[in-house]
Amino acid sequence: MSFLEYRVKTAPTGLRKVLHVNWPLVVLVATVSAIGFLVLYSIAGGRLDMWAEPQMKRFGVGMGMMFAIAFVPIWFWRNTSALLYGLTLLLLVAVELFGTVGMGAQRWLDIGPIRIQPSELMKVTMVMMLAAYYDWLDPKKVSHPLWVLVPILLIVVPTFLVVIQPNLGTSLMLLMGGAAVMFAAGVSIWYYVVVIALVVGAVTAVFTTRGTEWQFLHDYQYRRIDTFLDPSADPLGAGYNIMQAKIALGSGGWSGKGFMQGTQSRLNFLPEKHTDFIFTTLGEEFGFVGTLTLLVLYGLILLFLFSSAMQNKDRFSQLLILGIGANFFLYIAVNMSMVMGMAPVVGVPLPFLSYGGSVMLVLLIAFGLVQSAHVHRLR
Amino acid sequence: MRRSPRDTEESARRVNRRALLLGGAVSAMFAVLAARMRFLSVEQADQFRLLAEENRINMRLIPPERGLIQDRNGKLIAGNEQNYRVTLTREDAGDVEAVLNRLSHLIPLTAEDLEQVRKEIDRNSPFVPVLVADRVAWEDFSKVALNAPGLPGVTPEVGLSRHYPLYEDFSHVVGYVGPVSERDIAELTDPDPVLTLPKFQIGKIGVERWMEDTLRGHAGNKRIEVNAVGRVMRELERTEGVPGADIELTIDADIQNFVQARLGDQSAACVVIDVTTGELIACTSAPGFDPNLFVRGISQRDYSTLMENDHRPLANKSVQGAYPPGSTFKVVTALAALAAGVITPDTTHYCPGYIEFGNRRFHCWKHGGHGTVDLARSLEQSCDVFYYEVAQKVGIEAIAEMGHKLGLGVRHDLPMSAIAEGIMPTKDWKQERWGQDWRIGDTINASIGQGYVLATPLQLAVMTARVATGRAVVPRLIRSIGGKPVEMAPPEPLDLDPAYLQAVRQGMHDVMNTERGTAKSSRIADDAMMMAGKTGTSQVRNISAAERARGVTSNDDLPWNRRDHALFVGYAPYAAPRYAVSVVVEHGGGGSAVAAPIARDAILRALTGGIPPLDAYPAAQRSRIETDLNALKEKLRASGGSLRTTRA
Repeated sequence: MSFLEYRVKTAPTGLRKVLHVNWPLVVLVATVSAIGFLVLYSIAGGRLDMWAEPQMKRFGVGMGMMFAIAFVPIWFWRNTSALLYGLTLLLLVAVELFGTVGMGAQRWLDIGPIRIQPSELMKVTMVMMLAAYYDWLDPKKVSHPLWVLVPILLIVVPTFLVVIQPNLGTSLMLLMGGAAVMFAAGVSIWYYVVVIALVVGAVTAVFTTRGTEWQFLHDYQYRRIDTFLDPSADPLGAGYNIMQAKIALGSGGWSGKGFMQGTQSRLNFLPEKHTDFIFTTLGEEFGFVGTLTLLVLYGLILLFLFSSAMQNKDRFSQLLILGIGANFFLYIAVNMSMVMGMAPVVGVPLPFLSYGGSVMLVLLIAFGLVQSAHVHRLR
Repeated sequence: MRRSPRDTEESARRVNRRALLLGGAVSAMFAVLAARMRFLSVEQADQFRLLAEENRINMRLIPPERGLIQDRNGKLIAGNEQNYRVTLTREDAGDVEAVLNRLSHLIPLTAEDLEQVRKEIDRNSPFVPVLVADRVAWEDFSKVALNAPGLPGVTPEVGLSRHYPLYEDFSHVVGYVGPVSERDIAELTDPDPVLTLPKFQIGKIGVERWMEDTLRGHAGNKRIEVNAVGRVMRELERTEGVPGADIELTIDADIQNFVQARLGDQSAACVVIDVTTGELIACTSAPGFDPNLFVRGISQRDYSTLMENDHRPLANKSVQGAYPPGSTFKVVTALAALAAGVITPDTTHYCPGYIEFGNRRFHCWKHGGHGTVDLARSLEQSCDVFYYEVAQKVGIEAIAEMGHKLGLGVRHDLPMSAIAEGIMPTKDWKQERWGQDWRIGDTINASIGQGYVLATPLQLAVMTARVATGRAVVPRLIRSIGGKPVEMAPPEPLDLDPAYLQAVRQGMHDVMNTERGTAKSSRIADDAMMMAGKTGTSQVRNISAAERARGVTSNDDLPWNRRDHALFVGYAPYAAPRYAVSVVVEHGGGGSAVAAPIARDAILRALTGGIPPLDAYPAAQRSRIETDLNALKEKLRASGGSLRTTRA
């Protein structure tokens, strides 16, 4: 029985696809987004129109896109992976040439009324590209140096374009997301050991060259790292954000100050309270109970993603779902570490909670791909 | 590239193995995140809750209202005046320029003022009110209030600021308040936090300074919620402060005003004291200054004018000025001699106009001499030689002891600034101060209040009160605090033989009421108010031989600042003393001509409770005095005023 025959025989068609959607995942995503609307409504001081309403609209549009993508057969996405990756790469180059400067970095591209962040899109298309690559490659050759070099190039080129924007957070996520797909595809663990050793060496180099003419990072990036290492040293300057975020989280205590009762956010002590630091508002108003609930919801989403990947026998689908899962996890881990003072402030949003169009749309597109793989899975 | 199902199964299993490893890593990270959440929100919650409260809540002090200062009849001396000011808040104003333009048509604002306002507005957050005009006149203020609808963001506000309605009359006694300086804070061991409030004022000199703790009161406070940029969101709690206590002085503001006007432009001081209680009735120093200038922050020009004036308006001459008491000191020498038994009231000495001592000749003021004089004559005619003779026998130590007994060389503790101790010299004092032995010539000089002896007008008034009553009268300035009278024991008797005191009083009586008395032209004709006193003329420096050769023989030929000081001390009524007075007119010339009439007018004003009646004066002088008094009335503040002024 060839793969082609199998596909035609077993894949659901027409409206029957709806039955095969991974509904628990949809419900979990909607629940987390609903918590996001609640927090955005609270931060705006009980106003819907400031953040909650636009966010709901985006969520609606995103959900539509998710289902649309889900109902397109997964082999279509596999076959177009290289094309989509190439297009995203072109967009990244375009940002470099014509992009809008926001927060001191070129991140957005204005195309008419739509404002897109190609670096976010790249997180998805790169995973697609790598999954398609490993689907094509003979599994026995994955650890061959030559065949390892190809995906490394596929990862490093877009990462480089993002780094020069400059956007350290997203480029780190691209690197780690790509590495996760390669890991899942079965690349020898020894490569990882070597790379980690090199990274440790590089970090040492980065810090020893600081202050010289050929330092590796921007001054503001060095300062962010300093601030991360000791936020209280400069409580009114760069450390202010971290300090206030920790105060907001900590002062919530077990059960929080109550809905709409967060003083840190309501009185504007929290910076970026509706975007990157939204987790702290949640912590302030709903306490440890609230933050842990969110973490459990995220955990369940990841659990369903991993189990969906493991139920699937199609290599492309498996690697795609795992790659998207890894990216989803990276958002959570980096954002939470950052607001809880465990990592430097790098500007990574919290998935489905942080206010912002690009990330919400890209995440729902990614989940659409996951659903497509799930609906059209190889049983 | 297609593979066999077996390959597919095999590769899927490999991916699943790797997926489990990834899942393990994810779980581990989630455990770390959960642990961190617990650490922050549970273990460190109390600490962060405190920090959140510190962020949110500010304490603001509410400045207390300063206590009032009133005279003995409740007339307001220092009060809190409503001060009208206009502020502008940018976020409410909209078009700041348009509003400022409209405002400048209503109230006088210079281009510099406007520039200053613009600068302040740019520097502050949009919700911070910026002061546009302070101490706005009531009419201008009402114009702004009336036009409020056309002036968005403009707020007419009412504040309190210290005001001295009696101007220069109390500039020295009461002093003034001013902004708190670094030095003020440094001087205090435990500074009240209210002092750090912007625009808070503290007593700088005089009663305002020395009764600061009583007048200031205690600040209230309010807890307010602020946001990250400091905007006040709401008031959470308020504790009202305690206003400062009102202080009533012993001084009668109307008498003070009369005396101040009587001193006029001269550089002079006059103290009137109640001999039975020690209460200061008037305590003046001329020229004065307007204390309100200092409250507002005195301009450099005004300050220079005050500093450059050779009559030293800033000095409180009544307590701070130490002068050679001249012949007024003969009262002390006479009592010392009587008490030491060196003389009796009947002892006589012959005055040839001078005595010779060693190779030095000490002159009596009267060239021809007074002939034979007893104690009463020596005072009446102020014979110097009598005291030269007597002092040599008494010695400086006994004279100094008597001086101290009468309140000279003693610092009288009153809530006023720069109170001088004066000098009552002794042998030890000279040794310590100048490293020289005491010489008999020093005693001779001291006997007539020259040489080293220095006394303040306050001390001379106390001395006179003690001689008049025979009691250790202690001066006092505070009559009541917060409505509660300040209790004070009646003065103790001075351990002096009444006969000796009477002998001296007789001499002082003769000074004013006999044909040959030095101050006979200043006598009070009304027997019920008959006055006794002693003149004094103290040399600032000798007329040099060279000057004498040039024909300089009298004061009038000398520049002002080298002329003699004119002094007078006295009390009245002679039969039942009520008030004692001392007058010093710096470089005024003779005590009898210049100081005695002032003392007489001051004491008459105190005794009669109004402008002295003409029949108190000798008939021959009445027409001249009438003219003088009428001229003086022009200078007086409208008497009466608002009694028991209520709080602003």
